[in-house]
Amino acid sequence: MGRILIIAEHDGSELNPSTARCLSCAGEFSGLDCDIAVLAKDGQRVCEQAAALFGVSTVIRVDNDANEHALAAVHAPQIAKLAEQYSHVLGPSTTFGKDLMPRVAALLGVAQISDIMSVISQHSFARPIFAGNAIVSVEIRAQDKVVATVRTASYQAAASGGNATIESRALDVELPTHTRYRGTSSSDGVGRPDLQSAAIVISGGRGVGSEKNFALIYQLADRIGAAVGASRAAVDAGYIANDHQVGQTGKIISPELYIAIGISGAIQHITGIKDAGTIVAINKDADAPIFEIADIGLVGDLFTIIPELEKLL
Amino acid sequence: MDRILVCLKRAVDYNVRIRVKTDGSGVVTDGVKMSVNPFDEIALEEALRIREKGETDEVVVVSIGTDACQQQLRVGLAMGADRAIHVRTEQALEPLDIARILVRIAETEQPGLIMLGKQAIDGDNNQTGQMLAALWQRPQATFVSKLTLSGTTATAVREVDAGLETIEFDLPAVVTSDLRLNEPRYVKMPDIMKAKRKPLATIELEELGITPQTRVTVLQTAAPPVRQKGKMVADAAELVAELKRMDLP
Ligand SMILES: Cc1cc2nc3c(=O)[nH]c(=O)nc-3n(C[C@H](O)[C@H](O)[C@H](O)COP(=O)(O)OP(=O)(O)OC[C@H]3O[C@@H](n4cnc5c(N)ncnc54)[C@H](O)[C@@H]3O)c2cc1C
Ligand SMILES: Cc1cc2nc3c(=O)[nH]c(=O)nc-3n(C[C@H](O)[C@H](O)[C@H](O)COP(=O)(O)OP(=O)(O)OC[C@H]3O[C@@H](n4cnc5c(N)ncnc54)[C@H](O)[C@@H]3O)c2cc1C
Repeated sequence: MGRILIIAEHDGSELNPSTARCLSCAGEFSGLDCDIAVLAKDGQRVCEQAAALFGVSTVIRVDNDANEHALAAVHAPQIAKLAEQYSHVLGPSTTFGKDLMPRVAALLGVAQISDIMSVISQHSFARPIFAGNAIVSVEIRAQDKVVATVRTASYQAAASGGNATIESRALDVELPTHTRYRGTSSSDGVGRPDLQSAAIVISGGRGVGSEKNFALIYQLADRIGAAVGASRAAVDAGYIANDHQVGQTGKIISPELYIAIGISGAIQHITGIKDAGTIVAINKDADAPIFEIADIGLVGDLFTIIPELEKLL
Repeated sequence: MDRILVCLKRAVDYNVRIRVKTDGSGVVTDGVKMSVNPFDEIALEEALRIREKGETDEVVVVSIGTDACQQQLRVGLAMGADRAIHVRTEQALEPLDIARILVRIAETEQPGLIMLGKQAIDGDNNQTGQMLAALWQRPQATFVSKLTLSGTTATAVREVDAGLETIEFDLPAVVTSDLRLNEPRYVKMPDIMKAKRKPLATIELEELGITPQTRVTVLQTAAPPVRQKGKMVADAAELVAELKRMDLP
């Protein structure tokens, strides 16, 4: 009989919504109990949030000063140690999980499955390759532990209402000191919805034309409580910071409503929005590829359409 | 440092529209244009700039795969790498075995840095660098958009979901490139000619004493569900009406 361990993503005080999405994926392994590990400097608050998620058996609290910031090289040996008691170890396919989980897998001497979209059996999964242009079902050898990242856009967050026990654990493993955290700068202040969990996302592309013009996108987004995304071209041009990039090499998102403004619809961008509920495209070029996949398309100049929308919404 | 090792993967060109074989056995790769994985080109560009600043003596490119990989190694040499290593195998290898091979190469080459792409745009695994760092027992800086060397340490700015994270780490180390690290140079005709005379060593996989394993089997390859083309509206008012009808804000 197996057991699943999910590695919690958090910032020291708040549990990231990606953890609740991993839990929904864990729910697809019928019959396996699921624990969550919280590695932190002082994990009390995050552990309480994890314990409140529905479907968690035990929250494992691993406090250590070295865990103040999520450094893969420091986390990995601890998780490899915890993994001894588990058949499956899951993390989110966010930059946190992508950095960490392959390092864990290598320490355990097993393969790592990236971006689980669905669970076929306890050892087989569907995952995207070629920027989502093909889906493979892959099977891990039965004798191996499963170490994987969960494609968060494929899963809803698990509900709260649980009441798991929190268990502190001291791990006897040597931690490297060769990697040191120096800081993080985030582009958006507080108060705006998070791009990866927002119900509505409005993205701007190269067509927006400048950093100054991006204020139009922000105004419209603030009006309807949307998060702001961008194409790579807009980020490369310096209109907006990198953490807004949506696509194959940016964020893969699944909002209920996605509004693409001045974005042509390159495959690498589309990869990031395939799971959106409804896609709206606004572009002045009637032949832009984005219209091939948009549920609602509007051909026109964004500089006239955005102010009109602001009045109407 | 003496040298930087840069990994070049032969991958389907990013402009190719990939098609899934109708029998579900894989994707069509016959006659499809192959290139250096774009992230690897960025990794190589960074290594070359480090050499141009005098911070390393040598840039060595490595590729693992069939003889066809030598084309990508020649591209790397034309871009400016000093020499190339081809680890020859006919087998499709998993990231963990690629990482084991790279550790072997690192043991002989003793690089100060090993640079890889953050992901290959075909397999999209985003694993090899991290696995290599674990097995080599060295620091990893993944998704890097800025890299600064200073003696025995380095500082990297990483593109993470929350924004830009800065870490400092000891060398030797593994660095994986993100898109905004730099813009790779174009290869000029004379460089292609010059590259033909640069050393390219071939090592048989067996010589490294590594036996690859099949830990993961691909059961089936399917085309993803396609989103259908929807409806075109005439103006903003009609767009808002349509959203309201769908119960959206
Ligand atoms: C390895 C690799 C990875 C990549 N990863 C990503 C990724 O993660 N995300 C991503 O987005 N891209 C990614 N790309 C880049 C991608 O290929 C495209 O270059 C990019 O998405 C184009 O951005 P865009 O649509 O904003 O710009 P463009 O293609 O230049 O399109 C701009 C659009 O704006 C329209 N427009 C201009 N002015 C107006 C106006 N006034 N009103 C209305 N419409 C207007 C134009 O008609 C045009 O369709 C990647 C590329 C590579 C090679
Ligand atoms: C069952 C199976 C079937 C396969 N079928 C095919 C196939 O049909 N065609 C095919 O091309 N591959 C095939 N492969 C290989 C596979 O797609 C990947 O090449 C391999 O698993 C590495 O994954 P990735 O490239 O996605 O790694 P990532 O971790 O995304 O790669 C990151 C970086 O690692 C480096 N790197 C990775 N591989 C190499 C390499 N070989 N040489 C040098 N540097 C490298 C590059 O710098 C790259 O940017 C198969 C693998 C398996 C297990």
